[in-house]
Amino acid sequence: MIEFKGVSKSFGRTVALDAVDVTFATGKITGLFGPNGAGKSTSLKLISGLNRPDRGEVIIDGRDPFYSKVQIAYLPEIDHLYPWMNIRQAASFVSSFYGDWDQERYRELLSFLNLDEEMKLGKISKGQRAKTKLLLCTARRSKYLLLDEPLSGIDILTREQIIQTLIRDFREGEQSIIISTHEIAEVESLVDEVIFLDRGQVRLQGEAEQLREDRGMSLVDIMKEAFRNAN
Amino acid sequence: MDFDPARPIYQQIIDNFKKMMIRGELRQGDKIPSQREYAEMSKTNPNTVQRAYRELENLNLVETLRGQGTFVSIHPEQLESIRDEMASAVLGSCIIEMRSLGFNDKEVRDRLEQMQGVKKEAASDDRI
Repeated sequence: MIEFKGVSKSFGRTVALDAVDVTFATGKITGLFGPNGAGKSTSLKLISGLNRPDRGEVIIDGRDPFYSKVQIAYLPEIDHLYPWMNIRQAASFVSSFYGDWDQERYRELLSFLNLDEEMKLGKISKGQRAKTKLLLCTARRSKYLLLDEPLSGIDILTREQIIQTLIRDFREGEQSIIISTHEIAEVESLVDEVIFLDRGQVRLQGEAEQLREDRGMSLVDIMKEAFRNAN
Repeated sequence: MDFDPARPIYQQIIDNFKKMMIRGELRQGDKIPSQREYAEMSKTNPNTVQRAYRELENLNLVETLRGQGTFVSIHPEQLESIRDEMASAVLGSCIIEMRSLGFNDKEVRDRLEQMQGVKKEAASDDRI
């Protein structure tokens, strides 16, 4: 379980997170939604231990994120891989850091995602790069999977493949996935729980199905309303 | 499989299965996809599918046999009551909607008969 207790984080004068109290449910897929600058990426970085809060605590399974690093697979928004590497080299590089790498799963995902090991990362299309990032993350049997804008700027067919891959390999109950995305409509039937962030604060959180039942609206419309009310 | 995002998805999964049972597309003893298969086919969260399947079992519409899969276990009386329940739901919302448009109940009945009548006539024209 991942908990934020009174977490605040600023970068210079920009407040990214403002005394946030939130829990990310275990064994579920949580959608982290909100406009640009809401604090989504910052939250994921705090969970993955790449950054530390200025105030408050991030607690993963009762401990500091430092101890959970090996259990977390993080897919950042930026292209973090070396462009001169081909997929095989990138896989070898990533797998050397993590004991939960599953070589068979890697091979199987390669073919499912129509990727070729010889492809050089700097030379492939945006969609193929997005799929490669996903491949390198999900070839690990990690307990926590953090995805920062995995669908951004990607064509519809590739997006579908990415979502299919996530559903196929999701170990419900055991694995926890957090997806930060603008494409809320695309992930309506994917997420169990949702957290709406705006300017560093939680506007709304809850179970997707319960919100639909209570309000008779889609997550997209619920979010629009939440932001309209906040302004 | 497209779901209406404004209503709970697990409920729609249940309704889809109910409809297939009422229409006879799924019959007593037929095997339905495993939860994982259904989740992949419909591009839905496996937790949501699990909830729907659990509810279908609670309603005694399906049963899961360990190692074999999930099978339709519906009885004719159940079929009848589900059919009845769904008809009420569809007609109920139709009546509510028509009322909200300002039609009174007699107008709704007349219009319904008219439209069904038109269809019947069209069918007999086809036969000529």
